Amino acid sequence: MSADASDGPFGLDASRIALYAVLLAMVAFYLAPLESGFMTAFKTPDGFRSTTPFALPPLGEFTLSAWGTAFNRLSAGLLNSATMAVPATVLSALFGSLAAYGLTNLSWRGQVGVLMLFVAGVFIPYQAVLVPLTQFWSFVDLGGRIPLGIVSDNEGLINLGITHVAYGIPICTVLFRSYYATIDDEMLEAARLDGASAATVYRRIILPLSIPIFAVTLIYQFTQIWNDLLFAIVLVSDPSNQVVTVALNQLQGSFVQQFNLQMAGAFVAALPTLVVYVLFGEQFAKGVAGDT
Amino acid sequence: MSSRIFAALTRATGGSDSADSDVTTTSEAGSAPARTDGGAAVDGTEDAGASSPSLRSRFRRNRFLESLPFWGPPGLLVLFFVYGAIGWNFVISLTGWEGLGSPDYSSLSTEMYTRLLTDASFHAAFRNTLVLLLAFTVLSLIVGLLVAILVDQKIRLENTFRTIYLLPMSLSFVVTAIFWSWMYNPRIGLVNEVLRGVGLDSLTQAWLSDPQFKLAAIIFALMWQFSGYCMVVYLAGLRAIPDAQYEAARIDGASTLRLYWRVIIPQLRASTMSATVVLVVFALKAFDFLFVLFGVNPGQSADILSVMMYRVAFDRIQWAYGSAVAMVLFAMALGVIGPYLFVQYRRGEL
Repeated sequence: MSADASDGPFGLDASRIALYAVLLAMVAFYLAPLESGFMTAFKTPDGFRSTTPFALPPLGEFTLSAWGTAFNRLSAGLLNSATMAVPATVLSALFGSLAAYGLTNLSWRGQVGVLMLFVAGVFIPYQAVLVPLTQFWSFVDLGGRIPLGIVSDNEGLINLGITHVAYGIPICTVLFRSYYATIDDEMLEAARLDGASAATVYRRIILPLSIPIFAVTLIYQFTQIWNDLLFAIVLVSDPSNQVVTVALNQLQGSFVQQFNLQMAGAFVAALPTLVVYVLFGEQFAKGVAGDT
Repeated sequence: MSSRIFAALTRATGGSDSADSDVTTTSEAGSAPARTDGGAAVDGTEDAGASSPSLRSRFRRNRFLESLPFWGPPGLLVLFFVYGAIGWNFVISLTGWEGLGSPDYSSLSTEMYTRLLTDASFHAAFRNTLVLLLAFTVLSLIVGLLVAILVDQKIRLENTFRTIYLLPMSLSFVVTAIFWSWMYNPRIGLVNEVLRGVGLDSLTQAWLSDPQFKLAAIIFALMWQFSGYCMVVYLAGLRAIPDAQYEAARIDGASTLRLYWRVIIPQLRASTMSATVVLVVFALKAFDFLFVLFGVNPGQSADILSVMMYRVAFDRIQWAYGSAVAMVLFAMALGVIGPYLFVQYRRGEL
């Protein structure tokens, strides 16, 4: 504390205490909805009506039944989200990495123009593409068939995955680009002069250097794809293929006054991104700041 | 070190030339198009002594074709799904397509756009969207900045505080909407509970059903979710300001308030700009949040363009009209992206 107090405008001990008080108040602010929801998820309907929303469940009112019901209701959605989001995340990150390499480390005239098209793609409101997108996927109608003759009953889910890959590419490219711009060009030149092709340089030099930025991008992109609702409600019509955000929204709609069930459901649906965030919060923060 | 490798390799491949050509090499490298990083400039002189113009140019010449396989396929996806789709959306908005069959591309008119001008629900949604954009962005920036300044005071457990403040951003709109509908519950929600607890019973409201408070309640909840993001961006900005500036201001006898207002905050312009752009994008995507709370009908007091677009196109099946609403939304986004890209380009960050 003594070393800390010497710097910053909060030099005095009293103001130092005030500082921590405000910081803790902000902690309460950011955690209140989660805490209140978490407590409610363990209460019986009688329990959450008779206690304050942030209080622990009263004795005899503690139950895990909401969690069980929520998990049963959402498990199919969780599985669908996972089978769609994991490949879509990896593919969009890979495409982003390749594009960033082509647009950063292999300089050519007009590069900035192409790069701008990628960057602008980050900021497109999805509503602006929704109608054509539904049109397109009804024309293309993979009919449960993905190329190479592989038949899948995940129709809609594949369309959704491909859509997420396409709309994920811009942000992934931006994230990789900001990282690749710091790679020493001369090192790449040297490899090229040694006879390495552009692909070899990518595979042998860029990819190994990219591991940290791949982590950042994968975490950020996974969160984005997992959390999406709009594309999912528009592109997946088959109820058995719906993703977890859609299932959670329906759960919420069909159990209007059962707050314990809604809260448990919210935590179950958020669990994967919460786990990712708790484990890799630092990388997530980097991805977020790298947005800029 | 890399330039030493470069020199060695140049020698190895037989590329050593006279001093005259070195000059050409340097100028050639200097005028190379679209070099966005300063890597070459730093040790350019050293390189010039070791490289030959023929080798240099040989490796520069076909960079376009060489790079095409890397950005081409993702570029095609982006071109088709983003720009193609927006173009197509625009054409659909001109067809007047009302939902049956497929759009008639042979007769195009701006009918949908003139209809927007006289549509009272569009006016309400447009106004609400602007209010939400402005209020949400400004509020999040202010809260984010204040929290960032507090976190920047060399506090203990900084990482823990930061992690907690940013946590809401990792949650989906669906999840946060469910939490906040519980928070705002008029009878047993935490917001009214707290107000009653501190004796402000008169301020308790049915936050999400009262037209007077609906939009404000939404904006506040969105601020809860994204102010942590602003904190991260501002904290990075604050860390980039050299300590000497704080010292200098202190020696001059400037008060803390004055120091931040006059010296520090003006230097955070870049952070403010990038945070603003991203916040606006989130605000335009607030659809998910409202959709969970109100479905397609949030009522005129809280209707926003993204919800209106979905309602018109996917609930009422008026594709062309929905597309027109979407184009307005896109134009709003463009109003933010355009200046952003321009400034980024000018600053050499593209």
